[in-house]
Amino acid sequence: MAQETADGAAPPGQEADERIQRASFLSRLLNRPELGAAAGTIVVLVVFAIVAGDTGMYSALGIVNFVEVASLLGLLAIGVSLLMIGGEFDLSIGSMIAFAGMTIAIPAAEWGWPMWLCILLAFTVAILWGLFNGWLVIKTGLPSFIVTLAGLFMLRGLTIGLTRLLTGRTQVSGLREDAEGDWLAGILGGEVGHGFFTWMGEVGIIAQRADGEPSVSGVPMSVIWFLLLGAIATWVLLRTRLGNWIFAAGGDKQAARNVGVPVNRVKIMLFVGTAVMATLVATVQVLDVGSADTQRGLLRELEAIAAAVIGGCLLTGGYGSAIGAMLGALIFGTVQMGFFYTGVNTDWFQVFVGLMLLVAVLSNNYIRKKATEAK
Amino acid sequence: MMAEQPLLEARSVSKRFGSVIALSDINMAVRPREVHCLLGDNGAGKSTLIKTFAGVHQPTEGELRVDGAPVQFGSPREALDTGIATVFQDLALVPLMSATRNFFMGREPVIGRGPFRRFDARTAERITAQEMWKIGIDVRDPTQPVGTMSGGERQCLAIARAVYFGAKVLILDEPTSALGVSQASMVLRYVARAKAAGLGVIFITHNVHHAFPVGDSFTLLNRGRSLGTHTKDEVSRDELMDMMAGGKEMADLEAELKAAAQQETDPKAEQAETQIAEDLHQESQKVH
Ligand SMILES: Nc1ncnc2c1ncn2[C@@H]1O[C@H](COP(=O)(O)OP(=O)(O)OP(=O)(O)O)[C@@H](O)[C@H]1O
Ligand SMILES: [Mg+2]
Repeated sequence: MAQETADGAAPPGQEADERIQRASFLSRLLNRPELGAAAGTIVVLVVFAIVAGDTGMYSALGIVNFVEVASLLGLLAIGVSLLMIGGEFDLSIGSMIAFAGMTIAIPAAEWGWPMWLCILLAFTVAILWGLFNGWLVIKTGLPSFIVTLAGLFMLRGLTIGLTRLLTGRTQVSGLREDAEGDWLAGILGGEVGHGFFTWMGEVGIIAQRADGEPSVSGVPMSVIWFLLLGAIATWVLLRTRLGNWIFAAGGDKQAARNVGVPVNRVKIMLFVGTAVMATLVATVQVLDVGSADTQRGLLRELEAIAAAVIGGCLLTGGYGSAIGAMLGALIFGTVQMGFFYTGVNTDWFQVFVGLMLLVAVLSNNYIRKKATEAK
Repeated sequence: MMAEQPLLEARSVSKRFGSVIALSDINMAVRPREVHCLLGDNGAGKSTLIKTFAGVHQPTEGELRVDGAPVQFGSPREALDTGIATVFQDLALVPLMSATRNFFMGREPVIGRGPFRRFDARTAERITAQEMWKIGIDVRDPTQPVGTMSGGERQCLAIARAVYFGAKVLILDEPTSALGVSQASMVLRYVARAKAAGLGVIFITHNVHHAFPVGDSFTLLNRGRSLGTHTKDEVSRDELMDMMAGGKEMADLEAELKAAAQQETDPKAEQAETQIAEDLHQESQKVH
């Protein structure tokens, strides 16, 4: 029926065809917020393949290294991108990483709680923190930038203060034994695919160490979570009703509310999402390093926002992609490790990040103008 | 007909925004098969009143009734769920989203079960194209962002959406302001069709030629107060014109312009004329 009407309605002729082409080209461009990040990822991978190809960066171990670095930032960036598309910021996630880390470490190390209980406690606290953030932003009507900036200071201070009070230190270590054999720690942290990598080492696909172990013992769980949650976030954004609501809430919250989108509920949910992602990252780090530190996660909130923006998220909301944010994080990880492998002073890394961000914002701005000004 | 139970009714509704009194003691009802035109100058409170009907605002005093029973709409969603669909003056469209996603925003069709329940994009695109085609717009690309559509196309999208979802009452806040002649008459035809289907329609417009042919009753607002409701047989088009944009003012203006034209040589008159033209221009700007 629609096919018929559409065909029947389109007047034949040169002009109509031309207009169709223009519209679909523009919208195709607009439907791909991650375009820039995809191009950037390829450029970065190729550049380092040329300048660092012989340094071991692209060996199995090197690849796992930079993908792992990317996945930890990427997990944050996925949550942040959804929240930014929904029109809000969360600057408190860096502090949340430290707070969640301590929420796991102190009960485990000081009070002898089982690891799984500590982890569940941390996630519960994260959900409550996310609810609180969302509620505060909606109740006060203040920009979330300011509200969560306050949260950044409060959570960091609380982490340091409580840790000093309870342990007398700023670092809690010796958690590796606690995590040993714990079911939840095994799911959230650690590695998978040890057997497969051992086999690859034996048949010579990847290098073996002197003791016969493969150079890479498995895929870190953080990478698995990164890919899995990225896929879920993308599915939600593009294929579900909730996804439509997220875009609508960030695009124009009054319009969205007026046509029946539960804007407040969506936003609160997204704040919970970022806090939970920060806690996941904290858990992975605590399990991996075996310790928690009150200074962990410093500036991570800004890196995650940068990754999301490089991935195509507009600062004004309503536009962006989770895949883009993942690619943004991959660019971060690649360049960071690339600088390490090529021996470039890592001071330059931040210069690079700044430039990258500028380019991304400029091109995003251009896209938004195209989308909203052509009338 | 007037004895029929109103579909939607405002009883002594007042609305204050802080110290601003936007509405005071408004009574108004729309019945099945009635097109109720809401008239008044800019800032009279028309949009505020229909936003109260649509659940955007809650009345400060007074109550709303649906089918005779008192209701309180906590959000626009609740009004929509009772079958009240609105075309807002600002259209309530998200520019960065596609026509299809805007059309079904908040009421997305879904397919699949459990975790695989998903937005039924194909059905949504088909219906959007179909409904837009009916109103006289050929959607070339249903994934095109609304921001790239023309002002009239956007207005048509908002109208088509409300018509599609309006089951009981259809509210249109200046829906024809950006439309060409053929689309505007299509909208009037929609209003007539909705009426024939038994819906109640609330229609806000500054254009008497749009209000008079379709309207059954006319409520005039002035500075937040109602100056009463008239049925069609009580008023003529000219009286309506007077009521609406201040017909007297228009007549005065005409006379003034004529007088000015006669004294063309007088530089003072010329000045006055440009002043009037400017005023007229500003007036027309305010309408949008
Ligand atoms: N959210 C608000 N906060 C404060 N004042 C408001 C608000 N909404 C409306 N008003 C005031 O209420 C009055 C009525 O506004 P309203 O938009 O209802 O007028 P209107 O009759 O629709 O005018 P127009 O023909 O220009 O659309 C105006 O003086 C406006 O400033
Ligand atoms: Mg209005």
